[in-house]
Amino acid sequence: MKLKLKIWRQNGPSDKGRMETYPVNDVSEDMSFLEMLDVLNDQLVRDGKDPIAFDHDCREGICGACSLFINGEAHGPGRGITTCQLHMRKFKDGDTIYVEPWRSAAFPVIKDLATNRGAFDRIQAAGGFVSVNTSGNLVDGNAVPIPKDDADKAFDAATCIGCGACVATCPNGSAMLFTAAKVSQLSLLPQGKPERKRRALAMVEQMDKEGFGNCSNTGACEVECPKNISLEHIARLNREYLAATVTKE
Amino acid sequence: MALDSKIPPGPIDKKWTYHKGHMRIVAPANKRRIDVIVVGTGLAGGAAAASLAEMGYNVKAFCFQDSARRAHSIAAQGGINAAKNYQNDGDSTYRLFYDTVKGGDYRAREANVYRLAEVSANIIDQCVAQGVPFARDYGGLLDNRSFGGVQVSRTFYARGQTGQQLLLGAYSALMRQVGKGAVQMYDRHEMLDVVIVDGKARGIIARNLISGETERHGAHAVLLCTGGYGNVFFLSTNAMGSNVTAAWKAHKRGAFFGNPCYTQIHPTCIPVSGTHQSKLTLMSESLRNDGRIWVPKNIEDAKAIRDGKKKGSDIPEADRDYYLERRYPAFGNLVPRDVASRAAKERCDAGFGVNKTGEAVYLDFAAAIERYGKQQANMMKIENPSKETIIELGRAVVSEKYGNLFDMYENIVGENPYDHAMKIYPAVHYTMGGLWVDYNLQTTVPGLFCLGEANFSDHGANRLGASALMQGLADGYFVIPYTVGDYLADDIRSGPIDTKRPEFEAAEKEQTDRINHFLNNKGSKPVDEFHRRLGKVMWDKCGMARNEQGLKEAIQEIRRIREEFYRDVRVPGKANEFNQELEKAGRVADFLELGELMCIDALNRNESCGGHFREEFQETGGAQQGEAKRDDANYAYVAAWEWTGDAGKANLHKEALEFSEVKLTQRSYK
Repeated sequence: MKLKLKIWRQNGPSDKGRMETYPVNDVSEDMSFLEMLDVLNDQLVRDGKDPIAFDHDCREGICGACSLFINGEAHGPGRGITTCQLHMRKFKDGDTIYVEPWRSAAFPVIKDLATNRGAFDRIQAAGGFVSVNTSGNLVDGNAVPIPKDDADKAFDAATCIGCGACVATCPNGSAMLFTAAKVSQLSLLPQGKPERKRRALAMVEQMDKEGFGNCSNTGACEVECPKNISLEHIARLNREYLAATVTKE
Repeated sequence: MALDSKIPPGPIDKKWTYHKGHMRIVAPANKRRIDVIVVGTGLAGGAAAASLAEMGYNVKAFCFQDSARRAHSIAAQGGINAAKNYQNDGDSTYRLFYDTVKGGDYRAREANVYRLAEVSANIIDQCVAQGVPFARDYGGLLDNRSFGGVQVSRTFYARGQTGQQLLLGAYSALMRQVGKGAVQMYDRHEMLDVVIVDGKARGIIARNLISGETERHGAHAVLLCTGGYGNVFFLSTNAMGSNVTAAWKAHKRGAFFGNPCYTQIHPTCIPVSGTHQSKLTLMSESLRNDGRIWVPKNIEDAKAIRDGKKKGSDIPEADRDYYLERRYPAFGNLVPRDVASRAAKERCDAGFGVNKTGEAVYLDFAAAIERYGKQQANMMKIENPSKETIIELGRAVVSEKYGNLFDMYENIVGENPYDHAMKIYPAVHYTMGGLWVDYNLQTTVPGLFCLGEANFSDHGANRLGASALMQGLADGYFVIPYTVGDYLADDIRSGPIDTKRPEFEAAEKEQTDRINHFLNNKGSKPVDEFHRRLGKVMWDKCGMARNEQGLKEAIQEIRRIREEFYRDVRVPGKANEFNQELEKAGRVADFLELGELMCIDALNRNESCGGHFREEFQETGGAQQGEAKRDDANYAYVAAWEWTGDAGKANLHKEALEFSEVKLTQRSYK
């Protein structure tokens, strides 16, 4: 395949940035999208040019490092996948492909397609945990049975990889799906219940502080989420938050 | 220097308890005066950083990823072992210990392995308390599955994403401490060197990957939790960023490197499809619970499949060779990884491979789908179910168990594994070798500790499935919090470490000089080209099978590649900026030295054991023909290599392995 790539280049957070055009030839349909970018970067280095910066690591859809807004879609065409799981067989010979970074005020661009998603870590640090210290003397893991249904639902929420596709996709730049996934996981499990109110309030407060937008239920995040995390979890976060607010002392 | 493994006295099941009771501890008020650096935030590092901060130490945690949550532990799929005996199938601490020593082909240190088995049950309790959503049955209790090399079900799992869930548990504990200010988190920072002051590790040099600045960080102890070095092969199941730099720099500062040649080739990975490939993808070992591995019995069929004239499903049952079931009836498809990998290579080398490259075997779920389908039909009281109904019901069960893995396969290969048997081939996955540590997880440099995959200690020459997660968390949660205190008890009056000392200055200058060398080199070839070439040499000559001649050639070839690398590599950009090519250059430079040491170690070890298979040393007759032939009389030792200033001139030190509990026998899974 021969492709024309239009890629966002930006030297740093204060640079204005612009789209640049790059032709790539000899693209095999077995390549992943990121391997196609590797080929392009290899050529750029050989030509003495600056290669394109982009985040990536595991290349099997689980670390959440890769991002990219491809032809207007987070993680490109296809559902339930990350960019590293996107293969070139989804494209046709002669296609023009637009590649941009996540765009959100809370995710400033570091360089080209790499952004800073530290805001997610700070939301986690605000309350995305169970307050239990390391100890060799905890109760047996089977001491508290957890209904399979609750365990499975908690797992579905817990599969969030923190990639930020939800934010990038949301017209309001909201981080509700990300925050909801963690609040929902822990509120469904008995271990998370004692501090559920504090958690919901603290995480939402941090989310607002980071400059993420509000949720207006467009549902775009659910569509683009590579782990298919359901809007149901946002509904659960809203209930948790409401309950925590009305019973706050 | 004589190696002292510092194994505590007493019977094996009392050693750890005795040791815990006799180690020195640091009082709470004094912990506040002590700084600890943790490099790497995977299971070992995340767990250690969180636990030490909870205890009151000042912790600085470093990771090169953009978030601590992305460490490569996250990609572990299948599960974590623990001797809970919830299934009442005869499991015990001793049995887990025994299986691990045997699985490691009798090249691990007994006392460490016993401790690992002993704390394994605590790990599950800890993770459950953190809200890790393990798989449960309808009664609400924890579910288990079985893994290779054992005959009990002791593996806890969270669908095919166990590593992710355990890591997010450790990450949440870490973030809790970050929120409290007890841990200072340095993400997008790469450790470039360890700084030694008066013979002790007292800090690190790190590069801020966003600004490009080099930074000095002082501490009273440094913990390396930086994972394995499988990426020396270029193609591996490791993440792109996984590297050996932290461990290698520590090696060059005096930490001995243990058993570098022990690498694990995982039997079930998606085969290589072309030269553009950047990494290989693992298909969890848990698939071998239900998938059957086979190749055609007749070479003509294999040829026809390779030429696209036949499909796997065209081969009748009688013409299939389920070679693992044939060769190892007792363990069948669940033999350990090294055995399964070599068996696949043997069939493919003999011409029975089933894809274009001839390097693939089938992993087939048709039988499992049928079995589960019939079971479901029985449960649902469907009389005389049609074949379609059975398959539909069976697929639903298989999808519930392995759905995400099947989806992953289909995404990459473009073929539906429910309809067509998966094609798999072995790939580099894990490294058992690593920095030599004593029982306290301390390297040969005082104050420098090494945890998780980065150390050499628990898996001998071959790691059993679902034991990596166990070791990472055991080291981080339950071992280092005790043992580091014993060391730090001397440091309560040391005061903060001064990073203006000449040792820090010299170490930083060495790193900035190296960075400047790369940037000013103006060569012609990108870093990846050298990495690929190194990887090919390693895979061909120091991979699944090794021999003397190949290893000797490999050493010469690696030297040539290294020389050319320094002469002709091109690294664009500047030092003080986000520069991914520069990051890669530093990592590949270290791989180019490590690769040579791996070959030297493999050449030194004139035996076959676990992941290290020397073609000259195999059984030549009898029932065990073709199996690995160990030489316990001469090689029952840990090879610990000391850097002497030149790659290729390392000094060998030996830690003799003593087996008082487990009798050394030939490992048989027949």
